[in-house]
Amino acid sequence: MNALSFLLNSTIGKKIVMGLTGLFLISFLLVHCGVNSLIFFNDGGELFNEGAEFMGTNLLIRTVEILLFAGLILHSIQGLYLVYLNRKSRNVSYHVNSGKNSTWYSKSMGLLGTLILIFLILHLKHFWVTSRFTDQITGGYTTLFDEMKVVFSELWVVILYVFSMFSMAYHLLHGFQSAFQTLGLNHKKYTPFIKKLGFWFSIILPFLFAMMPISMYLGWIE
Amino acid sequence: MSGNMNLTLKVWRQKNSSDKGRFETYKMQDISPDMSFLEMFDVLNEQLINTGEEPVVFDHDCREGICGMCSMYINGRPHGPKDAITTCQLHMRSFKDGDIIVVEPWRAAAFPVLKDLAVDRSAFDRIIAAGGFVSVNTGNAQDGNNLPISKVDADEAFASAACIGCGACVAACKNASAMLFVSAKVNQLSILPQGKPERMQRVRAMVAQMDKEGFGACTNTGACSAECPKEISLSNIAALNREFLMANLIDQEG
Ligand code: HEM
Ligand code: SF4
Ligand code: FES
Repeated sequence: MNALSFLLNSTIGKKIVMGLTGLFLISFLLVHCGVNSLIFFNDGGELFNEGAEFMGTNLLIRTVEILLFAGLILHSIQGLYLVYLNRKSRNVSYHVNSGKNSTWYSKSMGLLGTLILIFLILHLKHFWVTSRFTDQITGGYTTLFDEMKVVFSELWVVILYVFSMFSMAYHLLHGFQSAFQTLGLNHKKYTPFIKKLGFWFSIILPFLFAMMPISMYLGWIE
Repeated sequence: MSGNMNLTLKVWRQKNSSDKGRFETYKMQDISPDMSFLEMFDVLNEQLINTGEEPVVFDHDCREGICGMCSMYINGRPHGPKDAITTCQLHMRSFKDGDIIVVEPWRAAAFPVLKDLAVDRSAFDRIIAAGGFVSVNTGNAQDGNNLPISKVDADEAFASAACIGCGACVAACKNASAMLFVSAKVNQLSILPQGKPERMQRVRAMVAQMDKEGFGACTNTGACSAECPKEISLSNIAALNREFLMANLIDQEG
């Protein structure tokens, strides 16, 4: 068998794909959070709209966007496929299982990922579809910032976004350091640092994201 | 005798691999806290034999924590409530009078139940047979200083070699993944000069066999290492991932 297909068909290779796509999605989250946090300048969305305009029109970023969707789809399909395969490997469950040997969220990556996926579909519909496939923003009828205010004026949307950021936080709390382990990047000195970095990343990013709908709903940002 | 306990056991009984199986409840009277868990099972089996019932089949051999045979999932943990020991090293003083103790076999598609608490762990043997060896005769043990090996490498190889192949890692893992076992068996050889020349073909063959046996993929939950009687470190799994990646990307022939 060809070495690459042997690699990709193995359990380890399947996980390496998860780790690589996961880290790629993390790098996207960082940029996404950075641009969106411009709303916290509370300047009526001026800086944010500029940032969003740049992200929406820059050719390089539009190309990376395609890669991003491919990465997300690959990560989701492979992730759920692994959940299915792993269930087959442990086909009988224990009558009594203490579960104290590992965190609940490390054992619930499939569920957490599915919650994120449901959120993402709604989220894309809210903003991506509006800005790309309608003339609302390109036609100058509204701005992305104003669109945010409309979307986040509904309580159930705010609650759903905040809840989804909890799923994201727990997915990352395990996923961030797990990706490094999967890629074999383990080191006496650097691994504790990666774990700390992953911990704070998983708290701060979802917190900032969650604060966006909250502060818009409560009128902290005008 | 004072200090002795009365216990209720719920033990998995299964006639053979095609039987559905069920729990059976047994009352144990006057159990000494100084008995090992397996000795308590000896007492149970004697009772069963005396009343004309079939004794409980369970694996055991050395009864000193080195062979890895004594597979029992006790109250939700492989080898019971204590860390870093096998079932034979578990003593009844770890339980209280009146306790209910649930005992199940290892659960994994790759470890089918043979009878009662005994499972078929020959999948591990086939993984070792696929490459967990050095294929030239390296002769008698040499004078220690003939083969210079750094202390760091020697310690790491020794720590990996402590794996006794018990399968608690597979039993504990929600994916029934054998990665901790396989990584220990790969690393103990690939770190040392005797094992280095074949390391690339070894890791490919052993991982291929692991997958063929139907063990799951690793989600890095860490349950394996937490339940391992020999405290095999998770860094072995990272090293295995690294080794496997290199073997397929860089060295594709050797
Ligand atoms: C922006 C969104 C996401 C990010 C940043 C992300 C990140 C990660 C990371 C870093 C890992 C660890 C990979 C490893 O252990 O090597 C991971 C694992 C996982 N992700 Fe995601 N993920 C995201 C969305 C999703 C979605 C939408 C799903 C799908 C339903 C999903 C399902 C999974 C599963 C099942 C695993 C565990 C795989 C395993 O170890 O068995 N993730 N994710
Ligand atoms: S790694 Fe630990 S738990 Fe797994 S087989 Fe070896 S000794 Fe047993
Ligand atoms: S019987 Fe040998 S380790 Fe327990």
